[in-house]
Amino acid sequence: MSTYFTKDHEWLKVEGDVVTVGITEFAQSQLGDVVFVELPENGKTVDQDDEVAVVESVKAASEVYAPLDGEIVEGNELLVDEPAKVNEDPEGAAWFFKMKLGNAAQLEALMSEADYKAFVETL
Amino acid sequence: MAEAADLLKTPLFDLHVELGAKMVPFAGYDMPVQFPLGVMKEHLFTRESAGLFDVSHMGQAWLVGPDHATTAAALETLVPSNMKELKPGKQRYTVLLNDNGCIIDDLMVSRPLASEDDGRLMLVVNAACKDNDYKIIAAALPENVKLEIVEDRALIAIQGPKAAEVMALHAPEAAEMGFMEARPLEFDGISVIASRSGYTGEDGYEISIPAGAAEAVAKALLADERVESIGLGARDSLRLEAGLCLYGHDIDENTTPVEGNITFCMQKRRKEAGDFPGGERVLKQLAEGTENLRVGLLLEGRAPAREGAEIRVPGTEEIIGRVTSGGYGPTLGAPVAMGYVPSNLAEIGTELELVVRGRALPAKVAEMPFVAQRYYRKPK
Repeated sequence: MSTYFTKDHEWLKVEGDVVTVGITEFAQSQLGDVVFVELPENGKTVDQDDEVAVVESVKAASEVYAPLDGEIVEGNELLVDEPAKVNEDPEGAAWFFKMKLGNAAQLEALMSEADYKAFVETL
Repeated sequence: MAEAADLLKTPLFDLHVELGAKMVPFAGYDMPVQFPLGVMKEHLFTRESAGLFDVSHMGQAWLVGPDHATTAAALETLVPSNMKELKPGKQRYTVLLNDNGCIIDDLMVSRPLASEDDGRLMLVVNAACKDNDYKIIAAALPENVKLEIVEDRALIAIQGPKAAEVMALHAPEAAEMGFMEARPLEFDGISVIASRSGYTGEDGYEISIPAGAAEAVAKALLADERVESIGLGARDSLRLEAGLCLYGHDIDENTTPVEGNITFCMQKRRKEAGDFPGGERVLKQLAEGTENLRVGLLLEGRAPAREGAEIRVPGTEEIIGRVTSGGYGPTLGAPVAMGYVPSNLAEIGTELELVVRGRALPAKVAEMPFVAQRYYRKPK
């Protein structure tokens, strides 16, 4: 299993051709208390950088983007009932959706954990 | 967006930074949007205990005339509320109107308690409006009434069910005040002017303090475990749940007090006479109703509808109004909003749709406040 990160503060865990996507600890700390999550529909075909999910804090709404081309296979229903999980465990139980990898070549342009840490330091 | 260096600082700026506030530009000031507790916990803490707010960015000013009748008459030319009848030590909410009867700003007016202050009225106006307000007020005053802008005082608010017991430890006479009363107090030996009012729907006080003593007062209140510092984020969600208008969003220069559903600020004598800017139009609206009205909106699901969201009648595509304030109400545990709809659709319970990201969310016109107000009324 390999983990990747995006400049939009999302993480990806790749297992075979299934990619689990969530937002990072840094992203949740910036958002503040999450009160609502909107998940993508299962079976939806998406392109990289499409807005596919929404996360709302008390203050504002933010988009969650598809980090890669592919097909949405599952949304994390836990977040619909317990949006605060995003603050508690953003890089674990509070994953947002799983997608079927459409174009593995796109992974090469993403960041490693070390690169992402360095990127956050610059913000 | 203004650079941090151009932003004004309130007398409590250093304290906010010391307490770990996230600072943002607001109305030209560098203000705390949230403290380490975060918006949600700050909101809930205020409703359970007491929150301390820095509102020093708001404008404080005095109208000074020879006697109350003269000063009140001068202010009445700009606002639709009774000012002549305002008793010493009382405060009143009002609005500055333009010639269309639309709202230039909303403000608090208080009449000092002491007879030697007769002829003085204290104004508290919105930060973003203050320069324009002062220009309009000064231009309308007669020779013998002057506007004195206060630049050397801070303004803080302590709000919540435990605000009064904490205040009483430092200023025992604060306990004797009723809702919408104002008076000078000695707070740990510091001379302040307090009113029992606020912007959260809770009991509490707003306290005007000489700038140099503001940090001492704030620290004395914060030393009590019943009090936490609260940022602008929770101030907004608290006032939204309380159904209170945010100027520039829920009311503005295109809405009258009738459309804004705040006619409680107009008393009988003024409503009969219509002797204020735009009076003819406002009187006509009072008699015949308005095309649109500000209403409260409760959504069925969990998704908040924010400012700007379109309002529709279910099954139709026509945009009949827009949300003017909306978000999540932490105490209610549900999204809340307010917005303008045609008056024939303003009845409580009317089913509407709010369009969020292209999706129509079911909503109903709802009673405001969304969370019951808990102001302190003195026993008769």
